[in-house]
Amino acid sequence: MTQQQTILNDAELNLADEKIKLEVNDLRLYYGDSLALKNINLRIPEKRVTAFIGPSGCGKSTLLRCFNRMNDLVDICRIEGKILMDGQNIYDKKVDVAELRRQVGMVFQKPNPFPKTIYENVAYGLRLQGVKDRRVLDEVVENSLKGAALWNEVKDRLHDNAFGLSGGQQQRLVIARAIAIEPEVLLLDEPASALDPISTLKIEELIYELKDKYTIVIVTHNMQQAARVSDYTAFMYMGDLIEFDATNKMFTNPSQQQTEDYITGRFG
Amino acid sequence: MKAWFRTGTPWIWLNAGAIALSLVMVLGVLGLITVQGASHFWPADLQQVKLTKADGSTQMILAELVRTEEVSATVLKDSGIKLETQAEFYQRHLLKMGNRDLYGRDFSWFLQPQLSDWSQPENAIVIERREWGNFYGFPLRLLQEGQVVAEGDKLLTELQQRIARANEIYQQIALIEKGDIGRINKKLEALRLTERKLQLAQADAATLQAHKAEALTEKAALDAEYAALQQQLEQLYAATKRDVLLVQSAEGKELEISLGNIVHAHFPNAMSTTDKLQHYVAAIWNFLSDEPREANTEGGIFPAIFGTVTMVILMSIIVTPFGVLAAIYLREYAKDGPLLRVIRISVYNLAGVPSIVYGVFGLGFFVYIMGGSIDALFYPESLPSPTFGTPGLFWASLTLALLTLPVVIVSTEEGLSRIPSTIRMGSLALGATKSETLWKVVVPLATPAMMTGLILAIARAAGEVAPLMLVGVVKLAPTLPVDGNFPFVHLDQKIMHLGFHVYDVGFQSPNVEASRPLLYATALVLVILIMVLNLAAIQLRNRLREKYRSESD
Repeated sequence: MTQQQTILNDAELNLADEKIKLEVNDLRLYYGDSLALKNINLRIPEKRVTAFIGPSGCGKSTLLRCFNRMNDLVDICRIEGKILMDGQNIYDKKVDVAELRRQVGMVFQKPNPFPKTIYENVAYGLRLQGVKDRRVLDEVVENSLKGAALWNEVKDRLHDNAFGLSGGQQQRLVIARAIAIEPEVLLLDEPASALDPISTLKIEELIYELKDKYTIVIVTHNMQQAARVSDYTAFMYMGDLIEFDATNKMFTNPSQQQTEDYITGRFG
Repeated sequence: MKAWFRTGTPWIWLNAGAIALSLVMVLGVLGLITVQGASHFWPADLQQVKLTKADGSTQMILAELVRTEEVSATVLKDSGIKLETQAEFYQRHLLKMGNRDLYGRDFSWFLQPQLSDWSQPENAIVIERREWGNFYGFPLRLLQEGQVVAEGDKLLTELQQRIARANEIYQQIALIEKGDIGRINKKLEALRLTERKLQLAQADAATLQAHKAEALTEKAALDAEYAALQQQLEQLYAATKRDVLLVQSAEGKELEISLGNIVHAHFPNAMSTTDKLQHYVAAIWNFLSDEPREANTEGGIFPAIFGTVTMVILMSIIVTPFGVLAAIYLREYAKDGPLLRVIRISVYNLAGVPSIVYGVFGLGFFVYIMGGSIDALFYPESLPSPTFGTPGLFWASLTLALLTLPVVIVSTEEGLSRIPSTIRMGSLALGATKSETLWKVVVPLATPAMMTGLILAIARAAGEVAPLMLVGVVKLAPTLPVDGNFPFVHLDQKIMHLGFHVYDVGFQSPNVEASRPLLYATALVLVILIMVLNLAAIQLRNRLREKYRSESD
């Protein structure tokens, strides 16, 4: 446990000045009998980009899905411990999962637009909340698409099918869809891994702009990407959180040997 | 040789061979029914021949040559025919002589040596009659109330005009009999039923009396209306009898045919190819749009087409929501386990149950138990004559819906399971509940699969005959199940069906030779109808697919 105590030292982590948005306390997650996340303790600062890195199967996506309780959909998945959002345990029985997911948006690895028009894709979340006013919808759709840096490319074909967009455009559409309902946290699960370099660059620029308004947690395989976009980085390995620190420090002077090995490409 | 086997070429040949065989079979079936069915409507020439009978006497015959075949001399000898020559094979001709009222039967076989002096007289006429089948002969004079109005060259145009007039009157008669009188009968029946209803409800004497008085006045009004119609009908009937065509048969017998009894008349031997083509198209149209006559051996098949389409549409309306809802529950909500597996296997196996079993079930459960209960609850006034407790359109559709339910369930389930989970996740991550995700995203995406199920269901239902014989299809339905009388679609009515019509014409017909071409024609129409229904559904599915095409496909 000494390891984790060093991680949790705020002064060392430069977290002292940050407001904490999400706090993970002693989180254990089981898939059936196997322990997939082993006692995770972590604090994610508000309006910053936090990246999860680690080799495949280390549990970083699983941890990400804990924040909007997507793991609830997996029957054999069981969770112990707490995740606090603004001090409130999101695994409390009283929590409305749909409401939680409205506050914690998520973008997946592969673009997954709905089989609807571009406009309806972005308006989907609002319609779920019962918004029918055309003017409100128009405004939110425009703002969200602008926020996702997609507006200029699609403003003339809002009512075309979203499947007509390129992969990169689709992914930005999905981000627009997520921010249309104004979540507080945005979870990005390898958002650029299925995209070409130019689209990846656009997504990264977008993340940089979005962090002014949202707390962003991003899972990525791409070390350079983590270094470029994130303020904090967590390195996970085999269901353990090995190291969590400011990105600058992590990539220049990691405190754990394993982290250094991974970052320098010696394993994983 | 071994190397050749290893290239895989034999497999390709085997696969191609299987495809070729299937193609040959399909094209063979289609070709046979098309040729046999479509050629029936072409106006054949009339042959005048001299028949020499066994006793040496001769007789003139006017007939259509239907077909010719070869028979061996031994067969003929065995059947007691004396042959004068020593040939091994003899040709014999099947002639359609018509004139059933004169000869008793309208088809006959003759040996080639018996027939001589073949000719095609230009003035030979084919008269299609409402009764007694076709008449073949020569027109002599057209009479109006006993006075000659046309003969010789003028006869043809005058005759056609007057036939058109008679047919118009006939249509008016049909309109009155089926429309107005039918409506009056329905109203009278409704009055009787209301009274009976009041009696059954044990209404007090005053109400009953009031209703009786009211009914009496209404009945008087209806009776008056009926009497007026009856008078009108009598006039119309008299009008159809105004004109009479005097004709002579081939052997010289003279005969009068009322124009009211004539559907159509033409002179095939005098017709040019264009005329024949026109006649051909008109004959096909009449076949499709007319009602059957003479125990389904003549006339058209419109009620059967109409019944089939109505039943299939009704079946689709019933089976789609049921199948889709069941599939959604099975795939999305039911918890995986032995029970679910048993249910799924049962559903899949339902598709293999012989259709006649569904017919028996439909008759026993739907018609007698459900229909009987409905009658007892909602139509007690018309008992003991049943309303829904007897086979009818609704029960036929319901039975077919049950029959095709597994198909719809299986394809919908497959469609649902093919929707990528990322799309569901995307919706859930936006704060949608499971049912919102299902109805707004997943089900629309699965509609092409549901359509596939429906296409298969339609293909199966439209061609099904066995269960329908038990639950609502009849040889001849007097009225269509959809008409202008409230409630417009009569679910309790019996219907005609193309599949059953094929069976009826083919195996229950009193006149085999006459119905043979109709059998093929009806089968052709059935196949084309199923194709049209399928193509429409496939078109719809492709449009849906286009709409919901995703890059992950």
